[in-house]
Amino acid sequence: MNEAVLNGLNEPTMKVQSNRETEDSLNIEYTDTVGQPLCDDPKISTRNVDVFYADNQAIHDVSLDIGAHQVIALIGPSGCGKSTYLRTLNRMNDTIDICRVKGQILLDGHDIYQKKQDPVLLRARVGMVFQKPNPFPKSIYDNVAYGPRIHGLTRNKAELDDLVEDSLIKAGLFQEVKDRLHAPGTGLSGGQQQRLCIARTIAVQPEVILMDEPASALDPIATAKIEELINELKENFTIVIVTHSMQQAARVSQRTAYFHMGRLIEVGETDQIFTNPSHELTEKYITGRFG
Amino acid sequence: MNNTDIVKQSLKKRYFKERLFKTMGMLSIVTAILFLLLLLTDIFTKAWPAFIQTRVELTVDLNEADLGIDAQSDEQAIMSADFRKPIRAALLNTFPEVTKRKQKRELYSLTSMGAEFQLRDMVIENPQLIGTQQTIQFMADDDVDAVIKGTIDRLLPESDRRVKNDKLGWIETLEASGQITTGFNWHFFAAGDSREPEMAGIKGAILGSLYTLLVTLALSFPVAVAAAIYLEEFAPKNRFIDFIEININNLAAVPSIVFGLLGLAVFINFFSMPRSAPIVGGIVLSLMTLPTIIIASRSAIKAVPPSLREAALGLGASKMQSVFHHVLPAALPGILTGTIIGMAQALGETAPLLMIGMVAFIVDIPQSVTDPSTVLPIQVFLWADSPERGFLEKTSAAIMVLLFFLIAMNAIAIYLRKKFEKKW
Ligand SMILES: Nc1ncnc2c1ncn2[C@@H]1O[C@H](COP(=O)(O)OP(=O)(O)O)[C@@H](O)[C@H]1O
Ligand SMILES: [Mg+2]
Repeated sequence: MNEAVLNGLNEPTMKVQSNRETEDSLNIEYTDTVGQPLCDDPKISTRNVDVFYADNQAIHDVSLDIGAHQVIALIGPSGCGKSTYLRTLNRMNDTIDICRVKGQILLDGHDIYQKKQDPVLLRARVGMVFQKPNPFPKSIYDNVAYGPRIHGLTRNKAELDDLVEDSLIKAGLFQEVKDRLHAPGTGLSGGQQQRLCIARTIAVQPEVILMDEPASALDPIATAKIEELINELKENFTIVIVTHSMQQAARVSQRTAYFHMGRLIEVGETDQIFTNPSHELTEKYITGRFG
Repeated sequence: MNNTDIVKQSLKKRYFKERLFKTMGMLSIVTAILFLLLLLTDIFTKAWPAFIQTRVELTVDLNEADLGIDAQSDEQAIMSADFRKPIRAALLNTFPEVTKRKQKRELYSLTSMGAEFQLRDMVIENPQLIGTQQTIQFMADDDVDAVIKGTIDRLLPESDRRVKNDKLGWIETLEASGQITTGFNWHFFAAGDSREPEMAGIKGAILGSLYTLLVTLALSFPVAVAAAIYLEEFAPKNRFIDFIEININNLAAVPSIVFGLLGLAVFINFFSMPRSAPIVGGIVLSLMTLPTIIIASRSAIKAVPPSLREAALGLGASKMQSVFHHVLPAALPGILTGTIIGMAQALGETAPLLMIGMVAFIVDIPQSVTDPSTVLPIQVFLWADSPERGFLEKTSAAIMVLLFFLIAMNAIAIYLRKKFEKKW
């Protein structure tokens, strides 16, 4: 079947053999998403999602399920809309005035874009880690304690201390910072800062964690630590990670979704996507011909 | 000719241009510093005499009969006693040869009009002095002061000299007997304005400025910061908001005297608020400082990295929490700097305050924001306008005090900036 698909699509792209294949690939007819975008036990399911920045449509008709307690990686060339899609899942797009979201996004079967859904509450359930580590200019302790404090998750100082320690342990940072919890979080190294941001996120005890290229600003050793951490976190959390590194996607995720120019091209088991992609665009991307 | 040679040739030219630019930059800095130094030396050399007070030491006899009071008298009685008498008697004692009425009047003018108040205040403080003899250093008249400081040249012929030969003789006698002393002029910082240069002080203007600035700060800071936060973080992007933004910028460019006219028409004539009062001055100046603080606060808020807001929102903070917990603290150094710059502007502002009557001659030191008062720059203006020579040095001294407060405010701005600045 793979063969057939590839053969059928080969013709138009054969014409030009240049390194400008991104533009070239426009010639490929867009069909529906191939692979298995849906799953049996979805934590989040999105249906026919369109996202617009003013008149510019950044996401076209994406339907995708995100399974509970697994890691799904969103990959694709830059500008293809991975971040935009990710940010629809906790309504971070609400903060951009010109951004509009259409379609249906269900968290545990409830529409998160319905009127009575409070985005603040949603973000307590769907946490987010950003590309550039962005600790608050406060102490390490206060960084982690901020979420629990504003949500009133703990009843007293002792409970808060425990929660902070627990979160730092889960984020694999506690050993490194236990002697300087009250030193500024911004004084840590890049990798430590990012793990602090993860600790800060899990301190709120969310159900889903969104990560937008969490390791792209880090060196290989710090990256390896983050990846290790993601593997551990999937026991307790559902994780959606955007990455431009295919090796990273292969190492940390169970499922992979490939985006291209705002469209969801292919979704499948990570092993399958990287060894035997069904769609020509996916294949081109993972073999490094554009991106 | 290969590439290296071409580059080498052009390098020479490029380095020359760079050197030229550096030299020009240096020259402009040197010029600026020179002018500043010139200004400061001019002010300083003119001002220093104002900080030195000339005193005449006299032994006064505070006997009950002359004063008509005794140690048991109440304050009221002491206030109305004639303290000129003992001073005049002491002067006559020192120069018994003076007998003619006209000459006596000249003699009495060796000490300032302030001398009797000085004596009165001492007696009020300690009524036990009544009935004793005291040696007291009295404030000298401004003419004596001028002779001692050399602003009146003793060598001039009598016809060209403000201080005539008789008086000069007495001064020199007193000087020779060590009865003329000089010291730091605390009085200058403890008194209000006066028609007599030697009695005039800056305290009234300092307090007037302080009250005015307090009103300005109390009104403009909260309003401006709230407006800046609303415009930056909450306001919808529409025509109406654009219109408001443009008008805030316009407001910053309105000549300050216009605000004075507004203050006169609205606050004094319409709302019947007191004339010459810091409360009205403060309101008028806050209209003027508002746009400055709003604009500075907005750019400080704008400079807070969006990642900080995202971090807070991503944890489930509300918009309000993200602003007040994170954006505002991060923007605080910029906001405070802008505020202090606005306050410094307000401190130096004169024109609008002239319109609301703060230019009046006010001797009493203001006790509250509704008391009539003047402010430092207007005090400078008033003294610069006075014909007496003694006010010349007072003018420069007042400028120095004004500059001191401005420098102090800038220093505070820098300190706050350093203190609240955090890296992220
Ligand atoms: N805040 C924004 N305003 C307008 N357009 C945006 C904004 N953010 C992203 N876009 C546009 O949406 C498209 C997808 O961007 P993004 O989701 O950031 O891609 P990716 O994360 O895959 O690199 C791009 O064309 C980008 O220009
Ligand atoms: Mg992105």
